[in-house]
Amino acid sequence: MRGPRRLPAEQDPVRPKDSGPVTITVDGESLSGLQGQSIAGVLMGNGRQSWRRSPRTGRPRGVFCGIGVCFDCLLTVNDIPDVRACQRRAGEGDVITTQEASDV
Amino acid sequence: MSEKACQVLIIGGGPAGMSAARAALAGGAQVVLLEAGDALGGQFWRHLPESRKGGEEQVLHHKWRHFNTVQRELRDDPGCEVVLGAHVWAIERPDGGQAPAVHVMVGPPDGADREPRTYLPQSIIFATGGQERTLPFPGWDLPGVYTAGAAQALAKGERVAVGQRVLVAGAGPFLLPVVTSLIRTGATVIGVAEASGWKRLAKGWLSRPWELAATRSKAGELGGYLREMVHHRVPYRAGTTVIAAHGEESVESVTLARLDADWKPVPGTQRRVEVDAVCVSHGFVPRTELALTVGCTVDAHGFVVVDDQQRTSVENVFCAGELTGIGGVDLALAEGEIAGATAAGTQPRASVVKARNVFRAFAERLQTAHGIRPGWQTWPEPGTTLCRCEDVTVGEVREVAAATQARGLRSLKLTTRAGLGPCQGRTCGRNTEEILSSCGLLDPGRTARRPIAIPVRLGELAATTSSQREETP
Ligand code: FES
Repeated sequence: MRGPRRLPAEQDPVRPKDSGPVTITVDGESLSGLQGQSIAGVLMGNGRQSWRRSPRTGRPRGVFCGIGVCFDCLLTVNDIPDVRACQRRAGEGDVITTQEASDV
Repeated sequence: MSEKACQVLIIGGGPAGMSAARAALAGGAQVVLLEAGDALGGQFWRHLPESRKGGEEQVLHHKWRHFNTVQRELRDDPGCEVVLGAHVWAIERPDGGQAPAVHVMVGPPDGADREPRTYLPQSIIFATGGQERTLPFPGWDLPGVYTAGAAQALAKGERVAVGQRVLVAGAGPFLLPVVTSLIRTGATVIGVAEASGWKRLAKGWLSRPWELAATRSKAGELGGYLREMVHHRVPYRAGTTVIAAHGEESVESVTLARLDADWKPVPGTQRRVEVDAVCVSHGFVPRTELALTVGCTVDAHGFVVVDDQQRTSVENVFCAGELTGIGGVDLALAEGEIAGATAAGTQPRASVVKARNVFRAFAERLQTAHGIRPGWQTWPEPGTTLCRCEDVTVGEVREVAAATQARGLRSLKLTTRAGLGPCQGRTCGRNTEEILSSCGLLDPGRTARRPIAIPVRLGELAATTSSQREETP
């Protein structure tokens, strides 16, 4: 196994409370995470590392700074463009479109 | 739009801001604490959201109990208003000694219909913290290359490990807690590469040991991380760094090389290591954009200049924490307390003034042992990305600089577009400045100067002005 992964609660020394699932749609595909996760957290928890392309050379982009500074992680949430995935919490039923999908 | 007067307004809810709020309250002031995120704690005490609250979150934290105590105190104190989701986008300073107007959007990050508010404080304390500086190398923009702070945020705030086989590289003691967090989030850390060599580390950390004895809590914090590394047999290599990352769609391996004292790679020392993620942090830069908009004086390194009471060059404006120099949590807590007490018109405790001075000396050691060396400019190739937002390469910037002899950062920025993307040069600014100054372009303009501190949507701006008009009779 490679890439990002969410630590399953039963193995977690931090013992997080079970907040229940959250389901979002990303480019038509439904992805689930946990209530309280950021959109980037849900994507990465599902193994996704990139969801955007750089403007000139089309290089893949995902999370880089993780703290809202670099704007690498932008995506569209419920028709609002340019939302930082690392900063925005996933809401139940959020409809996400990534630039990767809209470019194709 | 609501306008609200207050005595002390604190911007930033990390260790420095929380400490400032607590001290200002103790001094009898009425306090407003603005935090952009939806929880207090900042990057240092980044934690799980209330709904996933961990029973044992202290395993990822230093001074966790202190955080909880202060958070509770601030919540329970009727003199303190904590505003979460508060994004400060502009500060106006009217002439003639009137209170400055701090414009804030309150709501989810990058939301479209946030609530505009304006605060009119007697004093402002900036505690906006720092961000990491990552130096460019071939492949540094591949997915799978993260800042060390991203690895921390995902581990502490999400319980997501950025990879399974992770290398941590860069400079400074702040790499060590990243190792601990990664291990406790289920990742294997295959090593730590520290750019500074043993000689320099010894000079920074082993000279005048009696001074370090005073920073016992710091030593305890770092000692804990070191024990964890030894326990998990994580190799620590000094004088070594990542000079390239390889892969198609994401990182598959990195090239490590030994560095000389100037951080130039030593020929013949390169080797490839397989990884699925690498966390890189070469240092920190202060997040000064708001402090700059009100005119605070900064030093040659871009840190805000403060006096012994944490006062800036601007009347009734204070700064605390990483804005004034990179020194870690203990320094941030001490500076916050001094700023808060002074802003409330009281005397800070003598013991905390002493603590600040001790931890300032620690910050100097940090610079001696780990400060960025100019040899990094030999890592990037001409085709290496410099500005991630606008896809500008190191080679393009050097060429344009040489060809146009463009004087001044701004005209050069317009020609190359470096630093003009959505991040407004936050990520590449320092690196661009250093490359340009070595091309003979010395520009006093710091890339941190921006009229609007965070992106605001046009609709939100329009809403602000129309509601203002309605209020005017
Ligand atoms: S990862 Fe940098 S802004 Fe989200």
